Amino acid sequence: MTLLVGVDVGGTFTDLFVLDPERGAFHTAKVSSRRGDEAAGFLSGLEAIGGAAHCSAIVHGTTVGTNALLERKGARTGLITTRGFRDVLEMRRRDRPRAWGLAGDFVPVIDRDLRLEVNERTLADGTIATAIDPAEVEAAGRYLLAAGAESVCIAFINAYANPANERAALAVLARIWPNEHLCCSSDILPEIREFERTSTAALNAYLQPVVGAYLARLETALARAGFAGRFHIVQSNGGVMSTATARRLPVRTALSGPAAGVIAAAAIGRAAGFADLITGDLGGTSFDVALIAGGEPSFAAQAALDFGLVVRTPMVEITTIGAGGGSIARVDSGGLLQVGPESAGSVPGPVCYAQGNDRPTLTDAHLVLGRINADRPIGGSLSRLDVEAAREAIARHVGAPLGLSVEDAAEAIVQVANAKMAGAMRLLSIERGHDPARFAFMPFGGGGAMHAGALMREVGLAATIVPRFPGVTSALGCLVADVRHDVVRTVNLALDRLDGAALTARLAAMAEEARAVVAAAGLPLTEITLRAEADMHYQGQTHAVVVPLPFRPGGPALDESAVRAAFETAYRAGFSRLLPGIPVRLATVRLAAIGRRPVFDLTALAPPSGATLASARYGTRRARFDRSWHDTPIYERLALPIGAEIAGPAILEQADATVVVDPGLVARVDRFGNLIMTRL
Amino acid sequence: MTTLDPVTLAVLKGKLEQIADEMDATLARSAFNPIIAEARDLSHGLYHAETGATLVQGSSGLPIFVGATSFAVRAVIDEAARRGGPHAGETWAFNDPYLGGTHLNDMRLVRPVFRRGRLFCWLASVAHWLDFGGAVPGGYNPQATESHQESVRIPPVVLAQHGALDEDVLAILQANTRTPHANWGDLNGQLNALDLGERRLSALLDDAGEERVSAALAALTARAEAMMREALRRLPDGTHVAEDFLDNDGIDAAPLPIRLRLTIAGDRAELDFSGTAAACAGPLNISRPTAIAACYVALKHLFPEVPANGGCLAPITISIPEGSILAAEAPRPVAGYTETILRVIDVIFRAFAEAAPDRAIAGPFATINALSISGRRADASRWVMFCFFGGGLGATPQSDGLNHGNNPISTATMPPLEILEASYPIRFTQWALRPDSAGAGMHRGGLGAIYEMAIEDEGGAEAFLLGDRGLHPPFGVAGGGPASANRFSWETEQGWRSSPMVSKAFGLRLARGQRLRLETPGGGGWGEPFQRDPARVARDVRLGYATREAARDAYGVDVLPDGSVDAEATAALRQGRAS
Repeated sequence: MTLLVGVDVGGTFTDLFVLDPERGAFHTAKVSSRRGDEAAGFLSGLEAIGGAAHCSAIVHGTTVGTNALLERKGARTGLITTRGFRDVLEMRRRDRPRAWGLAGDFVPVIDRDLRLEVNERTLADGTIATAIDPAEVEAAGRYLLAAGAESVCIAFINAYANPANERAALAVLARIWPNEHLCCSSDILPEIREFERTSTAALNAYLQPVVGAYLARLETALARAGFAGRFHIVQSNGGVMSTATARRLPVRTALSGPAAGVIAAAAIGRAAGFADLITGDLGGTSFDVALIAGGEPSFAAQAALDFGLVVRTPMVEITTIGAGGGSIARVDSGGLLQVGPESAGSVPGPVCYAQGNDRPTLTDAHLVLGRINADRPIGGSLSRLDVEAAREAIARHVGAPLGLSVEDAAEAIVQVANAKMAGAMRLLSIERGHDPARFAFMPFGGGGAMHAGALMREVGLAATIVPRFPGVTSALGCLVADVRHDVVRTVNLALDRLDGAALTARLAAMAEEARAVVAAAGLPLTEITLRAEADMHYQGQTHAVVVPLPFRPGGPALDESAVRAAFETAYRAGFSRLLPGIPVRLATVRLAAIGRRPVFDLTALAPPSGATLASARYGTRRARFDRSWHDTPIYERLALPIGAEIAGPAILEQADATVVVDPGLVARVDRFGNLIMTRL
Repeated sequence: MTTLDPVTLAVLKGKLEQIADEMDATLARSAFNPIIAEARDLSHGLYHAETGATLVQGSSGLPIFVGATSFAVRAVIDEAARRGGPHAGETWAFNDPYLGGTHLNDMRLVRPVFRRGRLFCWLASVAHWLDFGGAVPGGYNPQATESHQESVRIPPVVLAQHGALDEDVLAILQANTRTPHANWGDLNGQLNALDLGERRLSALLDDAGEERVSAALAALTARAEAMMREALRRLPDGTHVAEDFLDNDGIDAAPLPIRLRLTIAGDRAELDFSGTAAACAGPLNISRPTAIAACYVALKHLFPEVPANGGCLAPITISIPEGSILAAEAPRPVAGYTETILRVIDVIFRAFAEAAPDRAIAGPFATINALSISGRRADASRWVMFCFFGGGLGATPQSDGLNHGNNPISTATMPPLEILEASYPIRFTQWALRPDSAGAGMHRGGLGAIYEMAIEDEGGAEAFLLGDRGLHPPFGVAGGGPASANRFSWETEQGWRSSPMVSKAFGLRLARGQRLRLETPGGGGWGEPFQRDPARVARDVRLGYATREAARDAYGVDVLPDGSVDAEATAALRQGRAS
């Protein structure tokens, strides 16, 4: 009854990381995901670890929301907005896809004929100039219902300044709407800027039915399986939230799964002495890249998941490209070899899975080159991979059109994929002015570590660190991520003659609220830390600086001079000049409660003490590197002892991943069982 | 000269661009006026020590500044040399458009960066100040006949020496604006950006060494030139002519032609603007630096793969006739420069639609609609709301045009209407797409917009508009149709009115509650409208982008009241028109 389980459902595999905190023991599991039925993968994963009844907590990283947004497979959604403003969502901030070049258009997630206007108006100072007419709102709701909308977003102009009209409209809709899939913009993001607020709320409504149905299915099944513990979801900011919150705010799951992986990568890197990392998660359909500098992932205040699909909520910054193991290789009309973004996923999967796909994928290329063991497929239920079918597909679709042998064609596929991945890594590092020589590559997912040598070379990275269980990094991240809840209030106060006691009381109430949510998560925590911040600016500025406030529950009340000093410190850190004489304002205050999870001792993952290099080696296979075949030693990766050193070429196999040590590289096992690869 | 391996070059390129990007971000975050803070009407970069040529440009800066700022730096180089400088610790400031391009609202701060006593390069910060005197709040005076009626003109002057600001210059700057508070904040923001740029660049030079950074800058310029030559070499040699018109100059109702003869020869191109209107009385003139910057912007959109620095203009010859509207000298008024450069870009797009059909771009809405509204608050302080508006982009062989985008000269985002309402006594009553405003085509243009706003100030307000495209709408290409023209109207006690100068209006008095309405053009279409998939036309009708009448008349598609396509009637319509 005490197991903690992290579950990451990706597009191809569902990964589990199971920890028994009392015994310090753990194990991992991997099953196939079912596209479009992620719940099935989740549940069969739990079965694989002996059922949910033994678990005290399950923390889940999900891509259900991400996929629904990227594939535009959210619910049919309606928008109710202020008369005159139904096109705010479509007009954006008048931007375009690229600075240079004018091609491209934009399709919003809510069609124009499902965006309805009602009479109401809130002014910028919060005055209600026109109250809603409940009958009109109800009629709009009924129209949307008849038009087949499953969810509705209410977004009124200036609702950040006074949410009363939105709340009133929400109450009217709640009476007639047949489900809970309603939201209003002031609840989702109580901030000025109508497009960002409307977009975030609209995407939230678009996801509510999808994520809600998914979580409901999981909860029902967990209850049936005798699960009596806590079930939580990882947010895009890398913190953990309750399923009730996730159901209400699914937009915060937009990067749930990938964020969990980055959180784990940072923890592994910090422990192993690699504070600067570029992570690369190679899944079945995509390659997700993130940057960790000084042990901390980089964050973004908002992100566009696609042009115009703006989500404003703090999130781990992740770049995704369409290159994964299932990415299909083809020769385009111009005679150029392309890999992805079209993917065979896990069903039907690569040609070698023999499940009906006959177009070659990146995985097929690796198989033909001898890098993947045909007799030992990663995860899933396959017993053997069909090398001949993979060869034939590569010969037909790539080799013949390009006039290449099947082996050369397979190498070309891998090279094209490498170039795409390297490009994404450069964008996040070099193009931001980070020197890649200071960074190490941390691949995770089952196949990332097969590309380490090429990516080190192409991007100019110093080293690669392969976690001991690269295939379940996101699942591990679910177990190390902190519990987090943020409370935000728009206050709009002048700093001159600030009522410090009132502000302190307000923060104390927010702290109580946030702390309660974190505590209610029911996960073991070592402490709950509180972080109070204000967004402050000189009167007339539209952007604010984030000012950490010296607030402590039960401590002395804040006063004007302490807040001013905090503002000036923060302003000077951001800009070189203060502007004496111009009044200062507090726009919003924010309180984050962060429940720290017990530090997971990663040496628990280390290899057993009796391991030897010789016993880990279990064979030789012909593998191809740089246009020639090498007799390549094969090792059981998990059986390698600490300190083992292996010069390439070598292939290291484990249940959920394959590591390729290219010629010219040497790999060493560190005390956590990570594999550190550097150039000879 | 040091040669660099490709990875080192890429790293240094990234670091240099990061410096310019951070300068952009620093100003945007610390600026006071929404044109800078929200719309990012700004630009930062590194410029060549001797020539002033653009070396590196911030990626969020305004495209039109990219080409123009090098002229601004050149002007400072010349003036500093005349005085025996430049000297370390100086910051220069000026807004003279004849020397630095664009218009008088753009304040340019230019600072030399020295290393071991030698000038290494220049940093510059350009930003649009809200108001700098002149007859019209915000500076867009549609009836100006001299630049003195537009704004105060400041030649290159030393704003700071030995790192200390000159109180005399500051006092002059502060005395000549209706919005001293915002200008003071924005000036500090620009100084913040220069300070940051200087710190970051010094750190990079300490780290990588001057020689390697210089080599990287030279290599980047050479690479841009080589790529532009290669792109031109792939086009067939030949000559293409194009013309377009500005509605009027705000003073005289006569249209103003912009004419281009484009010649492609090998890996070079010539843009010859002979036959273009002579310099005009009103504010539609542009200076030569501005005209060259406009050519650069057009080429960068047509050849987006070529990197953004001075090298890409090397294989281009630009001929601008003396005395024309494209070569204005002081004191010709220039506040409406955006309209003229947009028309310059339009004729380049038109000519290249023939020269390079796979790169064709139909006409974008191509007017900024600079609207200024001002009044006095109860405490007698002045308020000035100033905004540019969006419209449709032109269709391309790749896609329909974008609904409600920004002009090709800008990447500025629109200030949120909530920020405008929170800052000024204005209430928006509509902010919507404009149906039937797009040019028809196999790919249709993007839709323009309708913006309607009411004055909230008890004392009323005064409004000015400087726009264009009221009489000559955005063009289609490859058989595509034109978009709708720009339309501006306002409410009076006698009902809605429009301007005799169509897209330009001066000193409109509005009482509290009276409204202004802008209906902006869409983009032109690409390809034959009758080739458009009827299902796409039906979707346009369902979404209210197009009316059923337009579907029938422009596309030959009969969309029934239930939204479905009458296939038979459609076939007949399309057949009938074809024959």
